[in-house]
Amino acid sequence: MRLSRFSEFLSGVKAEFPLLIGVVPFGMIYGVLALGAGIPPLQAQMMSAVVFAGSSQFVLTQLVQTGVPDLVMILTVAVVNLRHMLYSASVSPYLRPLHTGWKWLLGYLLTDEAYAVSIIHYQGSDKNDGTAEDHGSVTQTDHRHWFFLGSGLTLWTSWQLSTAVGIFLGAVVPESWSLDFTLALTFIALVVPNLKDRASVAAALSAGLVSLVVFAFPYKLGLVTAALSGIVLGLLVEGRR
Amino acid sequence: MNFWLVMFASGLVTYAIRLSFILMVGHRQIPSLLMRALRFVPPAVLTAIILPEIVMPGGNILQPLQNARLFSGLLAVVVAWCTRSVLWTILVGMVTLWIIQILIT
Repeated sequence: MRLSRFSEFLSGVKAEFPLLIGVVPFGMIYGVLALGAGIPPLQAQMMSAVVFAGSSQFVLTQLVQTGVPDLVMILTVAVVNLRHMLYSASVSPYLRPLHTGWKWLLGYLLTDEAYAVSIIHYQGSDKNDGTAEDHGSVTQTDHRHWFFLGSGLTLWTSWQLSTAVGIFLGAVVPESWSLDFTLALTFIALVVPNLKDRASVAAALSAGLVSLVVFAFPYKLGLVTAALSGIVLGLLVEGRR
Repeated sequence: MNFWLVMFASGLVTYAIRLSFILMVGHRQIPSLLMRALRFVPPAVLTAIILPEIVMPGGNILQPLQNARLFSGLLAVVVAWCTRSVLWTILVGMVTLWIIQILIT
């Protein structure tokens, strides 16, 4: 089934909507926390467009307050966002026939949530139309990148708007509400359901334990150290099968 | 801290990670060790952020019994496992935290 550009775009927008239930509160809380960390409103809003990656923006709002060296902050963002490389590798066969401009645009919009619906759309329609490998030959009629664009733009717009609402509310929400705790809770919700095999449990546990031991490491390099130890242990446990 | 430098460098690094394989020319194979390692990035990174947050909030090591975040966090783990829902996990975790905070003070 080959759809027109517009109907692909529209299906992408529609597919993204259920995910916004989680994204919008997240963006609002980011806005509240950014102001709480002393980031001025304009910079807090710009960060949502420039970095455009929720979890790393949360972590940045924490690091901003601790006086960590700039380079460590940037390195931490890189580690937190490294998972997007996985998404990049996964969608790359489908984007191969596109013009470079499309690749740069869709790369910018490649978030957890846009990836989640777009890859399902790509793989789902592959079943009817053949594999990713041979769809390069039908690039004239394949408009599935418009679906990706629709979902990506929907998420982008909601992220910017919810950030703005959070910034607006930031001055109103008292600190005793402990809203910063939603960061830990969101991550718990993302990690726990995916601990399906021994290797990923080992990766999570060792990273967690190391993070407590090295908490006092100079320059707050503890997070990077802990994450690397978790990745290495995950690989070791998996390799022993 | 140079805020502008941190923001734009963070944005650039994130964009580069997202573009990495999309812009790669040709049908180059992705190194299998890298692919295997990437699978462990989310659990490792996110757990390393979570655990200090709930075990020693604000950098202070608290008595487990006086730590409202530890208890709410553990309950959230159970809710996350059973419901697989971000919304329920946040809701139960926050309400538990608020109740304990009211009881303690």
